[in-house]
Amino acid sequence: MANVLINAPGTARKGETIELKALIQHPMETGFRPGADGRLLPRNIITQFTATWNDIEIFRMKMSPAVAANPYVSFFAVASESGTVRLRWTGDRDFSAEGSVTVTVT
Amino acid sequence: MRKLSVALGLATVFLASLAMAQAGKDQRRSGYQDMGPTLQKMQDDDTANPAMLYVQAGEALWTQKAGAADKSCADCHSAGSMKGVAARYPAIPPGGDRPVDLEGRINLCRTEHQKAAPFGAESEQMLDLSAYVALQSRGMPIAPPNDPRLAAFRMHGGQLFKGREGQLNLSCANCHDDNAGKKLGGATIPQAHPTGYPIYRLEWQALGSLKRRLRNCMIGMRAEPFDEDSEDYIDLELYLMDRARGMTMDAPAVRP
Repeated sequence: MANVLINAPGTARKGETIELKALIQHPMETGFRPGADGRLLPRNIITQFTATWNDIEIFRMKMSPAVAANPYVSFFAVASESGTVRLRWTGDRDFSAEGSVTVTVT
Repeated sequence: MRKLSVALGLATVFLASLAMAQAGKDQRRSGYQDMGPTLQKMQDDDTANPAMLYVQAGEALWTQKAGAADKSCADCHSAGSMKGVAARYPAIPPGGDRPVDLEGRINLCRTEHQKAAPFGAESEQMLDLSAYVALQSRGMPIAPPNDPRLAAFRMHGGQLFKGREGQLNLSCANCHDDNAGKKLGGATIPQAHPTGYPIYRLEWQALGSLKRRLRNCMIGMRAEPFDEDSEDYIDLELYLMDRARGMTMDAPAVRP
């Protein structure tokens, strides 16, 4: 499982717009770079990032080879109810990683 | 005429040093101070600083048992006892006759105490663990040991810093002493104080050691980099740490 760092406020007022930030360790190998032996290194990237709030999808993003290594994603959501925000990264070579935070809405 | 100019020169030197003494301000700047505010923010936020991903891995390695002795780092040391260690190295280990850097010290622990195979130079695991150890010294002043045996090595490091080499016939000092703060292309030339190693360098898209940074500079001046296990790295690091004595550690840092 890849290392993940998530930054989200633990509490929010109802209706407040909050920022969620996530960082994941991944080489994001483009598939266009030659290795030490001169042959192309096979592509190995994260292709999709999704976020769900209490199992309802709130954010989805497709990633391309142009995204740098260890991608950092920041997005906004409106806090409507307390619950768990689950972040999920999937990609080449059956890559899959998950992280979650709980947000208490008052 | 010659006498006059010497006198004038001396007076200028005197006035300059007087001004510096009066200002009482340290003229040294770390790479952190030379970065833009967005990068500084990225480094300051532990959930945005990509080096912290490696620290996470290093923390796991810290408690992982290894080798024939079946011991982890945590079996002998508390993480708190690592405070200031990265600010002190390179140093001469007990029973040794020449200095080792932090990475060398970690490998000594592995071979002597854990009876395990040493980590490869600049391997992922070595970077992870050294980032975790370096983090413990964050905010502390760089404090090289006052071991008289280090003087000769440090002097050699100083010679390496000031000596010209490579096809461009440059020395480290040409850029980092004489022209620091000016531009090289679009980038500001830093004063080259090793306050934040290992660093997450955006250009590398990865965490890298001081050795990698030094190699980078040597390739840039069309010089032949030191060999992977060369002692010159340690001597140069000794000189750089002494040059940065008292500056604040900000490891693991982000650099452009």
